[in-house]
Amino acid sequence: MVVIDSISKGIVIDHIKAGYGMKVLEYLGISANYNTIAFIMNASSQKHGRKDVIKIENLTDVDLTALGLVDHNATVNFIEDHVVVKKIKLRLPDKVTNVIRCKNPRCVTSSEGGVPHIFHLVDERSKEYRCEYCDDIVRAVE
Amino acid sequence: MRREKGEAVLKGKCLLEPLDFSVEEMDGLFADTERIIASPEKYSEACKGKILATLFFEPSTRTRLSFEAAMLRLGGQVIGFAEAASSSVAKGESLADTIRTVSCYADLAVIRHPKEGAPKVAAMNASIPVINAGDGGHQHPTQTLTDLITLKMERGGFEGLTIGLCGDLRFGRTVHSLIKALSRYEGVTFVLISPEELMAPEYVRRDLEMNGAVRFEETRRLQDVIHRLDALYMTRVQRERFFNEEDYIRLKDIYILDAEKMKAAKPDMIVLHPLPRVNEIAAEVDDDPRAVYFKQARNGMFVRMALILALLGIETA
Repeated sequence: MVVIDSISKGIVIDHIKAGYGMKVLEYLGISANYNTIAFIMNASSQKHGRKDVIKIENLTDVDLTALGLVDHNATVNFIEDHVVVKKIKLRLPDKVTNVIRCKNPRCVTSSEGGVPHIFHLVDERSKEYRCEYCDDIVRAVE
Repeated sequence: MRREKGEAVLKGKCLLEPLDFSVEEMDGLFADTERIIASPEKYSEACKGKILATLFFEPSTRTRLSFEAAMLRLGGQVIGFAEAASSSVAKGESLADTIRTVSCYADLAVIRHPKEGAPKVAAMNASIPVINAGDGGHQHPTQTLTDLITLKMERGGFEGLTIGLCGDLRFGRTVHSLIKALSRYEGVTFVLISPEELMAPEYVRRDLEMNGAVRFEETRRLQDVIHRLDALYMTRVQRERFFNEEDYIRLKDIYILDAEKMKAAKPDMIVLHPLPRVNEIAAEVDDDPRAVYFKQARNGMFVRMALILALLGIETA
């Protein structure tokens, strides 16, 4: 049995699909060098069987757009004084900027610096997005 | 000169992809084109004092010359370059800075670029209207204007037509733009004829699947479907789009339209081609009255005249 203390202030990202926890941290750009993080992998879950959970102390400013891309089934709990003050159910964003990059070598974003990488959701089920510039279709998480 | 009621006003807009203009705006543009074709001399000074910049980062004969001819026939002037090597890009300048600078000198810019989406980036940084004259294997909306006006003049309209698109449907930007534009017209059927390696990109096929107003089918053999077509749009297999020369050599002559194949086509089927042609249409087909690709090239100049006038807000009626 693993016991991890509750946090007094920060966020708890729960119900992350098992195995996707590292990707969530990577997308959020959160480093253990600057934050206190509890990372639980493969925990048992009544809902999903197995899940990952991330607790980050003293951090409430998170780009939920990016998070929705990695696992839109995850939930984010905001904690203040040990109490959940806000709970957010994520969804796939309709538009994302500078989160994913176009893989088409012919796309202008591959050569022109300073161009925002913009994608629009085309299919929620397959998590596919279309590049604003070249129309190439990419899967949000592979 | 007064614009007739209901016609589109496109002043200050950009043309980056074929759906940037509404069906009504396209109709207005086609009406303008027909007026120009009827009396070109009336417009010989319409753009006096205006400057068109042609920024061609990739070689072109037809598109660049037809834009330049269009502007000169309207009494305007042209500045620009015909290859990236003769621009400041060769010194490392960004596209954004190039277009910001050009915006200081010209009233309108036409851009061709090997990178897909480059005209959109140019438009984001320009203070003048920008026209996409072809971006990589992506889109070529002014060729689409040329194709549509030719179809309209030769076939009377677009509704209910069965259109075969043959050759390089993967990198053929003119095909992507034409499909997009024609998808707005009821009852159009697309017959996509290509080898597996050159099938239309996923985003084009997905748009067709999601569009309830049009139908499409895919085949490998031109001779199996030519008898059902109202128009056949032939394309060149483009050497410059291949990373591998062997693939190009294997596929380049996969479709050749000749007099024998034309025997199976309907007597009123028209043959279109964005040009340049290599081997995909035998020279013997040129004499067939159904071959309209050189008329199409001529129409291209007139529709570009109408486009220049519309984006500069100069009325034609």
